[in-house]
Amino acid sequence: MGTIDDYVARIEETCGEEKDFIATFKYEKKDEIIKRILEKAKKEKSMSSMIFELTFKGVSFRLYVTGKVIFRNLKTKKDVQNILADILL
Amino acid sequence: MLDPLLIRQDFPILKRKINNHVIIYFDNAATSQKPRQVIEAIKDFYENHNANIHRAVHTLSQEASELYEQAHEEIARFINANGMEEIIFVRGTTEAVNLVAYSWGCHSLKKGDEILVTLMEHHSNLVPWEILARTCGYSVKYAEVNHDGTLNYESLEQEITHRTKFICLSHVSNVTGVINDVKRVAKLAHEHGALILVDGAQSVPHLPINVKNLDIDFLAFSGHKMLGPTGIGVLYGKKHILEEMKPFQGGGEMIKEVSFNPKKRRCSITWNSLPWKFEAGTPHISGGVGLMEAARYLKRIGIESVQAYEEKLTKHAIQRLKELQKVTIYGPKDTSAKCGIIPFGVEGLSSHDVALFLDSYGIMIRSGFHCAQPLHQMFRIRSSARASFYIYNTIKEIDRFVDVLEELGNA
Repeated sequence: MGTIDDYVARIEETCGEEKDFIATFKYEKKDEIIKRILEKAKKEKSMSSMIFELTFKGVSFRLYVTGKVIFRNLKTKKDVQNILADILL
Repeated sequence: MLDPLLIRQDFPILKRKINNHVIIYFDNAATSQKPRQVIEAIKDFYENHNANIHRAVHTLSQEASELYEQAHEEIARFINANGMEEIIFVRGTTEAVNLVAYSWGCHSLKKGDEILVTLMEHHSNLVPWEILARTCGYSVKYAEVNHDGTLNYESLEQEITHRTKFICLSHVSNVTGVINDVKRVAKLAHEHGALILVDGAQSVPHLPINVKNLDIDFLAFSGHKMLGPTGIGVLYGKKHILEEMKPFQGGGEMIKEVSFNPKKRRCSITWNSLPWKFEAGTPHISGGVGLMEAARYLKRIGIESVQAYEEKLTKHAIQRLKELQKVTIYGPKDTSAKCGIIPFGVEGLSSHDVALFLDSYGIMIRSGFHCAQPLHQMFRIRSSARASFYIYNTIKEIDRFVDVLEELGNA
């Protein structure tokens, strides 16, 4: 079984009062990851077929078809890694 | 008026596609792209002239020294300084401000003294002074910013007292693009016996700068925002002030002589002449060469043309953005008193959502505080999206940017 590092290139806390986290997926795996996320998470809304507003285990986030995901209401990078691990591994 | 299509041919990166779209680079307030002339100058330096500068007799070192000194002279001419003695190469604006804070501030400011900054400053022109205040005991005071993002000159005047020894001010706000009247503030500072440092990071690349006419004591700016490489920046200082200042860092290059006294078991040290007194260690030689080429490039275009063209771009962008109901532009909309920086928000979306959406279309903007958190607090916003323009941007790109934003607003 792989680790989250096999899928995620970087996780960054955003600058601003919002304190969101943005995870960027490894480019070569982004299509596989997006497919898996869309299968597992609940789709709340889609915008221009570019952004998907999703929830997974009570955590809401936005997925971009360019291979990035933005999480709100998560406190640490570890929380982001955990939720991504739950979805992807 | 400059021809952006001709200019774009000099910037290889602008041909790149991201997410299947030719990139639109609107993050110029963070860093500019580099023309091939600058890239070639750096390459040529390493391929043909690379050596350490000064105190070597061989040909390569002499060539490298000559190029590095020419770079100082070129920058002196670019801002109308008296010569290279007034031009210190540093890593960037941040290091330039820190140099003044530690070298001048540490030795000249004492308990009871005051320095005055404004609430629109980039953190780099604010944090060094706050850090030192804690050890030196002086006070930092803040001049207010009006609700439209312009500087409140009345507040600034009110904050100046006989204790004010130093004023730090951005020439152009990195968030709103507001141009401050630094000549007016310099006059005010000098009338009260204070010195003034101007953060020129967002002005030197975009406006004609004449340090003599502005009568400012220090000017700090970065090479990478004016088409030059990263890791090279400039501190301009009036010669007589720099001469009185102590060195910032110790090491090679900044000393003339180190002689050991066997009886005292100590070394006596004589500082090198300006500007080398403030350039300890082997400097960023290729960076200096790249910066020189960047300044020459801008001079060939004409910095007045740069300013006029950016004003045209900004006017168009503001006009188009105003058409979008869900978009709010922060700061002033009058382009005659601002540079090509537009902070904005989209209703119901965080600035990062906006930036990520635009990125999907290959459009690069910045989101967040832009290292100016106090100004965002004053605007009562959690963060902002920021589009910033330069000589290679076009009206067509702005139209595309607005169209994509409209699509986001409608989604």
